[in-house]
Amino acid sequence: MAEAQVIAAADADLGMVPSEKPRGTFSRAWEVFTENKLALFGVGFIVFILLFCFVGPHIYVTNQTNTDLTNYLCPPSGQHLLGCNDLGYDELGRLMAGGQTSIEVGLAAAVVSVFFGTIYGAVSGFAGGYVDAVMMRLVDAGLSLPSLMVIMILSVIFNPTPTVIIFIIALFYWFGVARLVRGETLALRNREYVQAVRVLGGRPLRSVMRHIIPNAIGTIIVQVTFAVADAIITLSILGFLTLGIAPPNTDWGSMLEGGLTYIQGGNYWWLIYPPGVAIILTCISFNFIGDALRDAFETRLQHR
Amino acid sequence: MIGFLIRRIGQAILVMILVTAATLGLVHLFPGGPVRALLGPKATATQIAFYNHQYGFDRPFYVQYLKWVNQLLHGNLGVSDKLNLPVTTLIGQDLPKTATLAVLGLFFALLFGITLGVYQAVHRNSVADYVLTGLSFLGYSTPVFFLGIVLVDWFAVDSHVFPPFGPQNTSSVWAILGDPRALVLPVFTYAFTFYAIWSRYMRSSVLDNLVQDYVRTARAKGASETRVVWGHVFRNSLVTIVTLLGLSLPAVVGGAILIEDVFNYPGMGLAFYQAALNNDFNVLLGLTLLAVTATVIGNLLADIGYGLLDPRVRY
Repeated sequence: MAEAQVIAAADADLGMVPSEKPRGTFSRAWEVFTENKLALFGVGFIVFILLFCFVGPHIYVTNQTNTDLTNYLCPPSGQHLLGCNDLGYDELGRLMAGGQTSIEVGLAAAVVSVFFGTIYGAVSGFAGGYVDAVMMRLVDAGLSLPSLMVIMILSVIFNPTPTVIIFIIALFYWFGVARLVRGETLALRNREYVQAVRVLGGRPLRSVMRHIIPNAIGTIIVQVTFAVADAIITLSILGFLTLGIAPPNTDWGSMLEGGLTYIQGGNYWWLIYPPGVAIILTCISFNFIGDALRDAFETRLQHR
Repeated sequence: MIGFLIRRIGQAILVMILVTAATLGLVHLFPGGPVRALLGPKATATQIAFYNHQYGFDRPFYVQYLKWVNQLLHGNLGVSDKLNLPVTTLIGQDLPKTATLAVLGLFFALLFGITLGVYQAVHRNSVADYVLTGLSFLGYSTPVFFLGIVLVDWFAVDSHVFPPFGPQNTSSVWAILGDPRALVLPVFTYAFTFYAIWSRYMRSSVLDNLVQDYVRTARAKGASETRVVWGHVFRNSLVTIVTLLGLSLPAVVGGAILIEDVFNYPGMGLAFYQAALNNDFNVLLGLTLLAVTATVIGNLLADIGYGLLDPRVRY
């Protein structure tokens, strides 16, 4: 008989049948989440921008590899819906191509950093004592580094391909995650069910992987969401400082940098506003989602 | 408290040692070593060996580190090879400029962040609360350089209300302050980024305090709502802001790289950016170190201030 059935049978014997079907963290969270209009806007926009960037180029086909100087800074027209930039690249097509890089790097950096930070924080908190103290001092040191400055130095040193940039950004985001997850772990490690694993002879790794991390999953998911927004902004900063992705590849920040030269010379709005607005809307969507998820998983705030 | 202070300062020193070692280690990551990066691809092996010897890069890392720390403690951060200027001189020139901008920016961020944060908490879920919340979200979803560009486009290029760059006569703090029109856009950009975060913190801090027992007691004793909010809740909520102020010290010192770049304002941020483009590693090391020191001291001050202001906090 499966464990759950044994427990259910025992409960029935004792007359302790739950009055209603117990609801999991996720079904409760889903309910709170879907009540949040801003979060739904966020989800809707993310779906739109993913389709725009990844499906769009197959419908609105443009050449983003070869320059075409006959189209130098051409204004928006029927042929080029958002005009062209100084190298004759179609701006709308570039927005899609740049968006692919921005979103891919943002998502990957967020997942890598939160993954590493979660394991580090859970191990540190669960181990406790000197191990915890040493591991956390390292995190303190990491958090004291001026992240933008060191990210800039690393981008200068290493040839910034998208993969390299993912790891450079992730390198600085996991410290905060590690500290948060450690805090959660400290609260969870003394719970009865975690202690029961130890009493039953379960290995520490099992406690961490099967009990602590799943119970901290709310915090972890929220962190991923905020991390995506932060990573997209960091990538755009690198692009703006010309320390980011190398041409002919591009990202939204590099597009902004390219348009900046022409801002004082005339009304070339299509070089500046589309990538800027794309960054803002994408990041605000992730922030809305993260905020709603935090409310959804924060059971203390729920009267149910 | 004394025991806590000693422990906390000990921790800070440990963090400084780790971080300085990591920072010095960074320059060795340059492909072909830092000297190759500085002298360029045409430098001969002899020249590189000469420089390596001069900088002590041919010694073991721990010797380099100890020598560097020793120089540091004597106030010597090395020389900028591109600017031909001691790094300490560079910092002496640029720190006042960056600090002026930062102090102005933080002042306005504080002023609006605190007052509007309190207002939002007291009028929770009102239209104004939603609008200001939206503004905050907009604030921290906008890359600061894009905000700067938009402001330049609207107020300098299109309408010529303000100049498109920060004050260009930066010979003294008074000269900078003597050009208030040029300060408006950079200070606004600076303030807005911090305002977006601080008003959120202030709002939730006030909300937390409004449900405390002492508020009920004050109301029961017949205190007016103004007195409850500004005499009791506001003062207790400020504790959060003290922490945030401590954490913003690195921004004052490190310089808002992006704002200084957008508005071409020659502070430490711009100096750092140019050093990054030029592989000028002594400047990079010196300015990073300064920012790290500011972070560690800022954290320390925030912790101490927290303990002093909140009598419930006992270390």
